[in-house]
Amino acid sequence: MSTPGKSRLRKTAYWGTHYLMIAAFVAFALFPLYWLLKVSVTPNDILYTEGVRMWPSRTTWDNYTFVLTQSHFPHYFMNSVIVSGFTALFTCIIAAVTGYAFSRFRFNGKIVIVALMLITQMFPLVMLIAPIFRILAPLGLTDSLTGLIIVYTAFNVPFATFLMQSFFDGIPKDLEEAAMIDGNTRFEAFRRIILPLTLPGIAATLGFVFTAAWSELLFALMLVSSESASTFPVGLLSFVSKFGVDFGQMMAAGVLALIPACAFFLLIQRYLVQGLTAGAVKG
Amino acid sequence: MASIEITNARKSYGAVDVLHGIDLDIQDGEFIVLVGPSGCGKSTLLRMIAGLEEITSGDIAIGGNVVNDLDPKDRDIAMVFQSYALYPHMTVAQNMGYALTLRKTAREKVSAAIDNVAGILGLNALLQRRPKALSGGQRQRVAMGRAIVRQPQAFLFDEPLSNLDARLREQMRTEIRKLHRRLGATSVYVTHDQIEAMTMADRIVAMYDGIVQQVGTPLEIYDRPANIFVASFIGSPAMNFLSGTCQITAQGCALILDDGTSIPFLAPPNVSNGQKLTLGARPEHIDIVGNGSAPSVPATVDLIEPMGLSTLVHVTLAGKPVKIFTLARPDLAIDSTIEIAFNMDKTHIFDSETELRLPRANEPFAAETA
Ligand SMILES: Nc1ncnc2c1ncn2[C@@H]1O[C@H](COP(=O)(O)OP(=O)(O)OP(=O)(O)O)[C@@H](O)[C@H]1O
Ligand SMILES: [Mg+2]
Repeated sequence: MSTPGKSRLRKTAYWGTHYLMIAAFVAFALFPLYWLLKVSVTPNDILYTEGVRMWPSRTTWDNYTFVLTQSHFPHYFMNSVIVSGFTALFTCIIAAVTGYAFSRFRFNGKIVIVALMLITQMFPLVMLIAPIFRILAPLGLTDSLTGLIIVYTAFNVPFATFLMQSFFDGIPKDLEEAAMIDGNTRFEAFRRIILPLTLPGIAATLGFVFTAAWSELLFALMLVSSESASTFPVGLLSFVSKFGVDFGQMMAAGVLALIPACAFFLLIQRYLVQGLTAGAVKG
Repeated sequence: MASIEITNARKSYGAVDVLHGIDLDIQDGEFIVLVGPSGCGKSTLLRMIAGLEEITSGDIAIGGNVVNDLDPKDRDIAMVFQSYALYPHMTVAQNMGYALTLRKTAREKVSAAIDNVAGILGLNALLQRRPKALSGGQRQRVAMGRAIVRQPQAFLFDEPLSNLDARLREQMRTEIRKLHRRLGATSVYVTHDQIEAMTMADRIVAMYDGIVQQVGTPLEIYDRPANIFVASFIGSPAMNFLSGTCQITAQGCALILDDGTSIPFLAPPNVSNGQKLTLGARPEHIDIVGNGSAPSVPATVDLIEPMGLSTLVHVTLAGKPVKIFTLARPDLAIDSTIEIAFNMDKTHIFDSETELRLPRANEPFAAETA
């Protein structure tokens, strides 16, 4: 038996260490972001002259103003929002229905389909660029946002499907059977009982696909040549010129590009909190 | 309320036959208990009635209409799941009213129905809670309530009490029976607990290996089991079985055990000399006797289990364990040899080959109904 005081001390020490370690990890993970922010507000003339400092002696919003008013960046940005948003939406819809089927039904060829989906994930993307270009070109889908959305959706569906399947697997079958007995068709039971319980899973999938599409560079670079259909990762490259890299503007653009991703996660974070199904079945 | 007729219903999963032709007529308002060991196909049969599992062949009719191809939602039956399957994102009231709401019942009617059932089950204080804020017993009640609110044609229960502790289970058992008397609804109740089966059923359906072994009232099944499986499955402590060879002499019939011990029995018609038979005697039908009174056999005392009201004496007879139930509190020494006698009117004789019971000509009951 330890005295209450002693155990409280131990508890404090335990939680202290706990938070210290989390803080250390967060600092480690966020430091590059901090640096991004720092460089973006550093005036160009002192970027190289001041040496490595944690915070510049002067700060400026010039880089932001330039990026927002005089570059194509807002346009790239909109393109990225459209591409990532639709990719996330389509992928999630497809993954939700496919994942549900995988989780609940036994059907012929299921193994084959699963195997095929896994195989698609094994190829290095570089190998696929040429054939995909050859397929999309005659369809008029190169140099277009639609083409990018289709390609991104196709590439994200397998993983998203397996992710969704694991969420559906976590929801007891009894629930939709009870709903079907209560008077739902299977689809209604899916929509009214299962989907609400899978919101955390859908949110996670949305977030995952959105960020994947948001930061994709390879296809965006290869399938799109015109400025009008470029996404922001491609746009970032335009700050690299023959004569040097405009770090300040590039970082400012980078900070701006973080905003939608952050906003998106803020939006879905309340669904990311798990445990909604607790109490459905025993225990 | 409706009757349920099951005609030659079969179920296979691919090459695996799970149910081999079930025939069962359930009367309107009857409380039927399906009982059997794990994996015998009770849940499968129940789910076929519910429409959650396809019928491989045969017919299931509810209220005279064959429902083989009807979706669960069109069968108008309610089911209580072992896991309760409450909708976690709905309150207790919403859970209970879900089916009525789907039927576009007027809101006042729905809440009146919920209040009424909540009153019966003592759930009034919990109506606005979510399932996760309920205890296991309360969840069980909500699951019952959700079924009752609908006033369906029939209730299906799949081991609804198996997640409760012993005391609560006993309490709910009585409560479900009372509810049934009050609502008079046709009910099919699945359990592997033979005590639940005995205490709750109007009629018990004993299943084994996808085959209905016997259908009958609890006492019919207890007193006149159709075969060794039913005899061993129903009753606790379980029936004792001794197998041997039939010997018919001028004095009567006797079962000769492996070691030569001879147990006299009242012969059913048509037993023949040398036939392999199994004698079944419930623990309460074996007496510990003083030397030389009735025809008795010697046995060695292994263990004595006092249970307050009664005592269970474990003995060894001809190398086989035998349990004896007695209301007396016998003062026996472990390893001592005692004389035991079988109550010949009550012991059963089974054919060892077919495992079927061989009824005596002058049994105190009418012929089998199964
Ligand atoms: N999808 C399936 N594929 C193959 N066999 C199955 C399937 N579902 C059930 N079975 C088999 O059917 C048999 C009956 O199962 P069922 O669930 O009806 O048993 P039960 O009597 O309810 O048992 P318990 O008391 O354990 O619930 C079991 O042997 C089981 O292995
Ligand atoms: Mg079962």
